[in-house]
Amino acid sequence: MDGSDLTLLNHRNSNEEPVIALAGNPNTGKSTLFNALTGLHQHTGNWPGKTVLHSRGHYVYQGINYTVVDLPGTYSLIANSIDEEVARDFICFQKPEVTVVVADATCLERNLNLVLQIMEITSQVILAVNLMDEARRKKITIDDKELQRRLGVPVVPMEARQGVGVSELKDTIAQVIDRRIVPHPRLVRYEPDIEDAIALLEPQIIRALGDGISARWLSLRILEGNLDIVKNFLPASLIKEAV
Amino acid sequence: MSHQTIKLDSLPLSIPKLERAPHTIADSIVRSIYWEAEKIAQASTSCAVEARINWDRKIDDILTSRLWGFPVMLLMLTGVLWLTISGANVPSELLATGLFWLHDRLLDLFIALNAPHWLTGFFVLGVFRSVAWVVSVMLPPMAIFFPLFTLLEDAGYLPRVAFNLDACFKKAGAHGKQALTMCMGLGCNAAGTISCRIIDSPRERLIATLTNNFVPCNGRFPTLIVLSSIFIGGTVAISWQGLSAALSVAAVMVLGVVITLLVSWLLSKTLLKGQPSSFALELPPYRKPKIGEVIIRSILDRTLFVLGRAVVIAAPAGGLVWVLANTSWGDTTTLAAIAGWLDGFARLMGLDGYILLAFILGLPANEIVLPTLIMSYLAEGALLELNSVAALHHLLVEQYGWTWLTAVCVMLFSLCHWPCGTTLYTIKKETNSWKWTGMAFLLPTLVGIFLCMAVTFVVGL
Amino acid sequence: MNIKLPQLRPGQRGIVQEIQGEGLTRRRMLDLGMVPGTLVEVVRRSPLGDPVAYQIRGAVIALRKDEASYINVTTC
Ligand SMILES: Nc1nc2c(ncn2[C@@H]2O[C@H](COP(=O)(O)OP(=O)(O)OP(=O)(O)O)[C@@H](O)[C@H]2O)c(=O)[nH]1
Ligand SMILES: [Mg+2]
Repeated sequence: MDGSDLTLLNHRNSNEEPVIALAGNPNTGKSTLFNALTGLHQHTGNWPGKTVLHSRGHYVYQGINYTVVDLPGTYSLIANSIDEEVARDFICFQKPEVTVVVADATCLERNLNLVLQIMEITSQVILAVNLMDEARRKKITIDDKELQRRLGVPVVPMEARQGVGVSELKDTIAQVIDRRIVPHPRLVRYEPDIEDAIALLEPQIIRALGDGISARWLSLRILEGNLDIVKNFLPASLIKEAV
Repeated sequence: MSHQTIKLDSLPLSIPKLERAPHTIADSIVRSIYWEAEKIAQASTSCAVEARINWDRKIDDILTSRLWGFPVMLLMLTGVLWLTISGANVPSELLATGLFWLHDRLLDLFIALNAPHWLTGFFVLGVFRSVAWVVSVMLPPMAIFFPLFTLLEDAGYLPRVAFNLDACFKKAGAHGKQALTMCMGLGCNAAGTISCRIIDSPRERLIATLTNNFVPCNGRFPTLIVLSSIFIGGTVAISWQGLSAALSVAAVMVLGVVITLLVSWLLSKTLLKGQPSSFALELPPYRKPKIGEVIIRSILDRTLFVLGRAVVIAAPAGGLVWVLANTSWGDTTTLAAIAGWLDGFARLMGLDGYILLAFILGLPANEIVLPTLIMSYLAEGALLELNSVAALHHLLVEQYGWTWLTAVCVMLFSLCHWPCGTTLYTIKKETNSWKWTGMAFLLPTLVGIFLCMAVTFVVGL
Repeated sequence: MNIKLPQLRPGQRGIVQEIQGEGLTRRRMLDLGMVPGTLVEVVRRSPLGDPVAYQIRGAVIALRKDEASYINVTTC
């Protein structure tokens, strides 16, 4: 349950259970979904910042054990505070088998900002559009097929608090893990000069670091002058290999 | 396109230099992402435009209004405390009756079995009794307050509190989200300390950490409730007792907030100098909590939590008090000797040696302060049986000469003294510094000693 | 008309033109959705006047005057 020990982050639990990370903006229902998946009782609350540590749980679906990790909410991957750092580091270093991004259906647009960023780091993404009941009440309808087509990753509409969509999500996760579904995230195209620069940087990073880490994402951070973050992103082992 | 080679640790990269400054590149990246997000959202969502009443705004019109924002916060606080106090009375008496009936049967059993005096004393008069006190006095208020608080939390009121109070925190050089960490501290200061992670700036996070203890946690305010029920509630007509007790506990909590602001201000002028950093807080829509689920869940959580702590901490503490009261030191008991040694200093603060000793023994957990005090009074005094809260008044006033001033000083010191062991451990873990952990210990303690001495001095004039 | 965000009164709307300042504060603003072209509505002031709550891309977000001053908007 305790996730404060960041050193643990670098050692993936040795058993072979696939790890599912729950990421997303603050207050979108990640912990509620975590509880619905695992049957645990993580604290939830209607305010951004309730979860500050990551916590683990397990569930079994069709005979396979899954590990679920509930992460603190974050607006972007350029973390500012410690709780956001916990979330970012987990997605980047732990390389969960699947990252489920939990989004708020009532303001999808601002949630997609994070979804698009996470898709740059990993292609193993599922979008859970939560709070569909509230969206319905606000007369917002969401065309999940269209969303899925435009994003290139599976989309599951949900009402986590009522348990609606949980089994669909479990099923989608299973399919992504055994490659019955292969997400092809449609990445954001940046302005031409930036894309040109990425094209030059990406192969260098792959040459130096292998393709374990998203070279496109790192290139972007280097270009915007965010060298501190980039250094954070080079685990000691990788730096040594690069020497 | 020109190139620039930088060494990222040991990683040589030749980085293409663009024609524009890095921060405009960052802007362009963020903008592209948002444009894309906008495009996708527009293509896949539709909103039936119709004039709807925006209930969130209507509610906020009251809860965060210039006129009503602060009064409503006070009203909520007093209301929750009032419900807690009036609700806790009956279960408290029931639990006390039941547990002390069991206590007597246990005594009978031990006597019937011819158990040695020390065994009976240690387990029944020590261990069992203190657990009985913790469960009957501390548990009911905790098990009522916490669900009520959780309902407010789930409805979405907490961010509004932070929104209302931010201006005060800004004046104090601190962060508005500190109000949220204080709300968490109301449940448990260790949890409050961890929640300080939501504050970006290390300086403001440290301020929030160091001052979190000025919020009385769930383990402390039953003490406040019991004392104010006895000493302040007791002075007015029956029908007003609950309300006046609630008002006085609320006053103590507001004092805690005022002290928090003053100390934060002092810290940001001295040890933790600096400007307020940026503040951005999302105000989520109000949500109807799943009332039944919240109540059951949080009562269960609290009850298990308190029972767990009662077994792990109150039981050994009770045993220890019994041992101290039944071993001799010179010509008195060890307990009396220690209390006597503390007495001189304690008197300056309007307390007595036993009270101060109870606070010291309460270091592992605040829940046991009052039970420990009762135990040591009982162990020393002539009165052997005490099995109701009503009798407590008799014990404190008739036998140990408490006045309302004693009660006020105990309440003040309960509000301002060292954090419990768990909290200190958490602070050490979060700050990774003995120095700040030490500060977190000293700061509230010094404030408490100062407050108690000042009140005692002024009243004595 | 180009003005600073805190100059808008509750109920008024503006469109973000540019964000001044640098570093993390700026970054934070961008992450919250304050990118040029965004429609912002002033929802309300807090009881003591500061911070102020803004409706930005579907969410209500409170900002202190100091941060909001970094944002230039045109009224609409
Ligand atoms: N109406 C409705 N409310 C929900 C749903 N899912 C979650 N909630 C509520 O939304 C609020 C936030 O839920 P959490 O699970 O704490 O959100 P979170 O994403 O973990 O939040 P952080 O940890 O702060 O990032 C809680 O009050 C939940 O009860 C849902 O499907 N429908
Ligand atoms: Mg959470």
